[in-house]
Amino acid sequence: MVENRPLLTFLSHLVLIIGVLIVAFPVYIAIIASTRASNEFLSGLIPLLPGPHLVENYSRMLSSGVSTSGAPPLGLMMTNSLIMALVIAIGKIAISLLSAFAIVYFRFPFRQLAFWAIFITLMLPVEVRILPTFEVVANLNLLNSYVGLTVPLIASATATFLFRQFFLTVPDELMEAARVDGAGPMKFFRDILLPLSRTNIAALFVILFIYGWNQYLWPLLITTDERYYTVVMGIRRLAATADTEPLWNVVMASAVLAMLPPVLVVIFMQRLFVKGLVETEK
Amino acid sequence: MATIDIAGIRKVYPGNVTAIHGLDLSIDDGELVVLVGPSGCGKSTLLRMIAGLETITDGTVSIGGDVVNRKEPAERDIAMVFQNYALYPHMSVRGNLEYGLKNRGTPRAEIDARVTEAARILEIEPFLERKPRQLSGGQRQRVAMGRAIVRHPKAFLFDEPLSNLDAKLRGQMRIEIKRLQRNLKTTSVYVTHDQLEAMTLADRLVVMNAGRIEQVGKPVELYEQPASLFVAGFIGSPPMNIFDVSKLRELPGVTLPASLPQSADVVGARPDAILLEKPQGEAIALKGTVELIEPVGGESHVYARLAGSDQIVILVIQGRTRLAEAEEIAFYLPEAALHPFERESGRRVG
Repeated sequence: MVENRPLLTFLSHLVLIIGVLIVAFPVYIAIIASTRASNEFLSGLIPLLPGPHLVENYSRMLSSGVSTSGAPPLGLMMTNSLIMALVIAIGKIAISLLSAFAIVYFRFPFRQLAFWAIFITLMLPVEVRILPTFEVVANLNLLNSYVGLTVPLIASATATFLFRQFFLTVPDELMEAARVDGAGPMKFFRDILLPLSRTNIAALFVILFIYGWNQYLWPLLITTDERYYTVVMGIRRLAATADTEPLWNVVMASAVLAMLPPVLVVIFMQRLFVKGLVETEK
Repeated sequence: MATIDIAGIRKVYPGNVTAIHGLDLSIDDGELVVLVGPSGCGKSTLLRMIAGLETITDGTVSIGGDVVNRKEPAERDIAMVFQNYALYPHMSVRGNLEYGLKNRGTPRAEIDARVTEAARILEIEPFLERKPRQLSGGQRQRVAMGRAIVRHPKAFLFDEPLSNLDAKLRGQMRIEIKRLQRNLKTTSVYVTHDQLEAMTLADRLVVMNAGRIEQVGKPVELYEQPASLFVAGFIGSPPMNIFDVSKLRELPGVTLPASLPQSADVVGARPDAILLEKPQGEAIALKGTVELIEPVGGESHVYARLAGSDQIVILVIQGRTRLAEAEEIAFYLPEAALHPFERESGRRVG
């Protein structure tokens, strides 16, 4: 529909621009703050232009960390976050692909029940089941370990559901043609279903990577050893100082660094991501 | 190269829905058998049972003398062409053709030779590296057939392979399938609901209705001697005119030939067997009013309302007709062209 109504154009642009400003301004402040000295944010006036301490702040966070707040160097925390995000994303995709495959293509007793059992867990996000989960993980001696950080978050109803919906749209004849062509179930899965789900997998990977990266409550609960701290909870430790003012410049430098990997993932996988969300061609 | 023998086969779906009621059929080596019938008659189910995609409730299917009831589709050594082609969308045409051979562990050199041969036969060499979505419907159809012929299977199974094509292409592909099958001499079973396709392709035609075989025979035999009312109505276009004998008797001035069997309560006549001039020998003489004329080109279809009844009779007249709409006409059903049936059983009598 082509319309030419200047006022409407103006208004809609105005709303959009204001929206962008509201979202972007805090990010801008964070970047500015990370280039300033530590005391400049305590004066009450927030500077809006970059300062001279950029290299100093970032190198301090990356190399030594802030030992007074109990925060290890950022490099280690970033690595931990990366491991956690990757394991969660890949684990979730692998498990949900297989469970969706089982639910859609195999006839076994209680198949519908299995599907609904998975589906119902959608109602139970981490926060709701956090105490029992913690209990289980603690009893298994998995506190302060990568296994404890990742495994309880891997089961995913959402991803299973998405793959199930996708598999249902794949024509049955494709499976039958593969059977006639001598492909067993796993071969069909590997040779046909997986390549067809490529864009869906990419889209899910982006979403799940960010989900894993942004986990805050769970790592906060189960890690007490700073070797396993993740960056998102690390920032919180930096900011929560007992009897001194927080060093806002290094806090913001950490925040900016913590933002980078998800941004990079989105930028580099954007093409596949969008394709995965809109593609209908089969 | 193999015979296919179907003995006492039955298919009952969960919920006690019987799709196939115990049927027998033998298909000779190299024969092209067409299963035809209206939708829901069980023809596709039967084909899928031969292919191994559907379990067999009762009875046996043998391919080349071996009972294959419990064999996976791949072990039956058959190839299938699907209605929607079912090409693997992410593989190139070459990949599609190779996939079945690779899964069987065929040596690389042989795969290449067979793919090249199939591509040459089907004239799809220029597209070998393309993806299926870059092909037209007709080309996809060829690839689907290529996927079947590279395998050199014991039998081809076609499941309405032409119904997604437009009319012109369908005609072309029909001829090609027939020629291909003649050259390769591979036993084939072909399912369609299109009686024209069935008539032109089949060595032998199997007309199915409600999970049973109505009649098996050469297409011309079925056309000339339909064994049941169903076959009479299904084969031939425009369809056979069916007259109620008791109603015909009531019409003024109508005499029925003495040769008509006593038990015949329904009588049929092909539209092209009805004459406008009185033939020699006995014939049923009827009168009617022309309602509609369809000039099809080489022939005209005349729809006439039977006088003293509201039945519409279809006549096929060669060439162009001088008849006009609303014209009163007399027409004749020659004795030899009558197909007598018994209504109760639907079977032919005499």
